[in-house]
Amino acid sequence: MARATVPRRLGERLRWRTARLTRREDESSLARTLVLDVPGWPGHEAGQHVDVRLTAEDGYSTQRSYSVASAPDGETVELTVQRTDDGEVSPYLTDELTVGDLVELRGPVGGWFVWRPEQKEPVFLLAGGSGLVPLMAMIRMRRAVGSRTPFRLIYSARSPETRLFTSELRRGDPGLDTTYVYTRSAPPQWPRPAGRIDASVVSGGGWPPDFEPTCYVCGSTAFVETAAGLLVALGHHPGRVRTERFG
Amino acid sequence: MTPTPDFLDGNAAAGDLESLFGTDMTMASGQCHGCGRQMMLAETHAYLGGPGTVLRCPGCDGVLLRMVRSAHDMWLDASGLDHLRLPVSA
Repeated sequence: MARATVPRRLGERLRWRTARLTRREDESSLARTLVLDVPGWPGHEAGQHVDVRLTAEDGYSTQRSYSVASAPDGETVELTVQRTDDGEVSPYLTDELTVGDLVELRGPVGGWFVWRPEQKEPVFLLAGGSGLVPLMAMIRMRRAVGSRTPFRLIYSARSPETRLFTSELRRGDPGLDTTYVYTRSAPPQWPRPAGRIDASVVSGGGWPPDFEPTCYVCGSTAFVETAAGLLVALGHHPGRVRTERFG
Repeated sequence: MTPTPDFLDGNAAAGDLESLFGTDMTMASGQCHGCGRQMMLAETHAYLGGPGTVLRCPGCDGVLLRMVRSAHDMWLDASGLDHLRLPVSA
């Protein structure tokens, strides 16, 4: 069972650790979940991320940040990685890395884009594409600790095939409401034609500003700019809108 | 059509910042020397594509902080910040 509180790294300096891939799962047509065993993992909070470093035999090294997808669970860390065709790291992680392989990992980092179970205000999650990953960690953390804090999620995806965590979201959680937005192709008979989120989606699928929700927005820079702008225009206080842009 | 900005959030630089300062810096706040805006480092605009990491002010776009790692050194230029305020645990 996941713990209600996560021990912080106390006085321990951030360092690279060796992580071993123990399982790989297809999440969508573009994304895979990597289940990693990280000896000595100090635990994490929902919304935090890790840096992953890959080093080639010739010594060339590169690193990227990935949000943790899972709620804290011992020394297991799940990353859900979406492949970008022109990417340098994501195709390796999704296609080449096989069970038993090692990667270097540093974290968890970031204490700002985090949801903590002691927060009691309503939560409004706005995800664009793989921006759902850290928000899913928040949904999973809420479930793991049995929180009754009401959550609403707006999830904007290109098409139904590119959605992440489809069956888990379909199964649902009491007190979590999900609204889907499709930007390129919507399913047949979908009530809203394909297109970007707009003010009607944000006000219809979210909380009114009077409820003073904390809003977490994660996605591409363009998505975050649009969504955060809509939230503020609808009257949400900018101090309650937390954003995380993906490259 | 507006071009997509190429920055991320200061959050994306959290690992490099923490490895340098030894504590989570996304919760640190600072004041822009250029426009006086107060912000969390998590709210700055982070440019990670170059040889180093650059944090810019979300208000005036001024450079707040530059971090560049060479083979033997880490260079830090934080002259765009009037101050940094870090939360300390009790």
